[in-house]
Amino acid sequence: MARRYDSRTTIFSPDGHLYQIEYAMEAISHAGTVLGVLAKDGVVLAAEKKVTGKLLDLSAASTGGFGGSGEKIFMLNTNVVAGVAGLTADANSLVNYARQAAQQHLFRYNEDIPVEQLAQRLCDLKQGYTQYGGLRPFGVSLLYAGWDPHYQFQLYHSDPSGNYSGWKATCIGANNGTAQSLLKQEYKDDITMEDAIGLVMRTMSKTMDSTTLGSEKLEFATLTIDPKTKTPLAKIYRPAEVDALLKKHDLAKKDEDTEMKAA
Amino acid sequence: MECSFALTGNGYVLVASDTTAARSIVKMKTDEDKTKVLGPHLVMTYSGEPGDTVQFAEFVERNLRLHQIRHHQALRPQSAASWIRRALADSLRSRSPYAVNLLVGGFDTSVAAIREETEAVGGEPKLYWIDYLGTMAEVPFAAHGYGSYFALSLLDRYHNPQASLDEGIATLRRCIDEVSKRLIVAPSNYKVRVVDKDGVREVEL
Repeated sequence: MARRYDSRTTIFSPDGHLYQIEYAMEAISHAGTVLGVLAKDGVVLAAEKKVTGKLLDLSAASTGGFGGSGEKIFMLNTNVVAGVAGLTADANSLVNYARQAAQQHLFRYNEDIPVEQLAQRLCDLKQGYTQYGGLRPFGVSLLYAGWDPHYQFQLYHSDPSGNYSGWKATCIGANNGTAQSLLKQEYKDDITMEDAIGLVMRTMSKTMDSTTLGSEKLEFATLTIDPKTKTPLAKIYRPAEVDALLKKHDLAKKDEDTEMKAA
Repeated sequence: MECSFALTGNGYVLVASDTTAARSIVKMKTDEDKTKVLGPHLVMTYSGEPGDTVQFAEFVERNLRLHQIRHHQALRPQSAASWIRRALADSLRSRSPYAVNLLVGGFDTSVAAIREETEAVGGEPKLYWIDYLGTMAEVPFAAHGYGSYFALSLLDRYHNPQASLDEGIATLRRCIDEVSKRLIVAPSNYKVRVVDKDGVREVEL
């Protein structure tokens, strides 16, 4: 019985479940935590890296020129950054697809793809694997932080089933329940970027197992509007910048007014 | 001969197209609407090869409607115009190109288009001049056809981007009157539409 309805992704069990999809979602809830908070003047993303170790050689890690270590947080387009939780190899494939979709939109309409449309494109692909047989679904959930002229700053979440939803603050991966209840308690409407960064840092430090946070365990990104050009500005922090931010924030815990900008 | 004009003002775009349908030297009718409302805040005039014009305009109309249904959101004027230009440019490089000239007028109501100084007008007027070769330019005023030889110099002199709707209509009438006076084969009637924050509506001259 146990093996009858979970060997194929596309067959319903008698009680109406698609087990493979649910297993994929279960796998994600063991992956590194990814956290997103929507502020009134930007969006913050943070991600926990699971693959660490002294012997891991990160010197050749492809940052794509955007900073970061390119493991959990990716730039999908000039107006969208995404954090991924789940199978890294699957995520790379989806990131590639998303970047291509965004460029196709730019080619057709001469505008950056609206954030929801990009999330939709990826979800159409993911949904396909719950319906067409023979293949396994993508074992990836994503958080999209983006900006477009229609709805300004936005935060979306999508899962392996192809569902997506918009959030003010949310979390995927390990301990997402704990993180979400923390966010629910502390989130306020009209939160500023500075407070949002603080909220993300605090929640992240409480969610992660390790006692000390460092750039080897954490990726961090923000999406704001460039005050000069009035266009979206995605920033994926470099390891040194993440450390500086953590340091400054730890100091800033007593004095909230301290500037928390990375050096 | 076919003429179309368009101009922007304070919080609106005016587009006008003659209503003559001619074949060879014969005027077939004078109440042909050669404008198309493409969305809640988007309107287009079309002229060129008879047959191509209506076919292409309907193609654009249906595709933009489909986009709106799929995404619960109309394309912004800039994106719609870019898409139309691409459709024409691709057509030009096919076996059966469309020979159509367009003026696309729209009003960008997206939140980002409403800046402090445009808060009262509720967005930004946009106007695009597109020809059958797939050339596109965003312009403050535009014209197609023989009428453009008379109208553009007038618009150069009298166009004011901050003009009220009445002033804009007066400038448009000036263009039409000049064409009627000087062009040997001037069209008799025009269809005029305005697009602003409230949408697209027809204007009587």
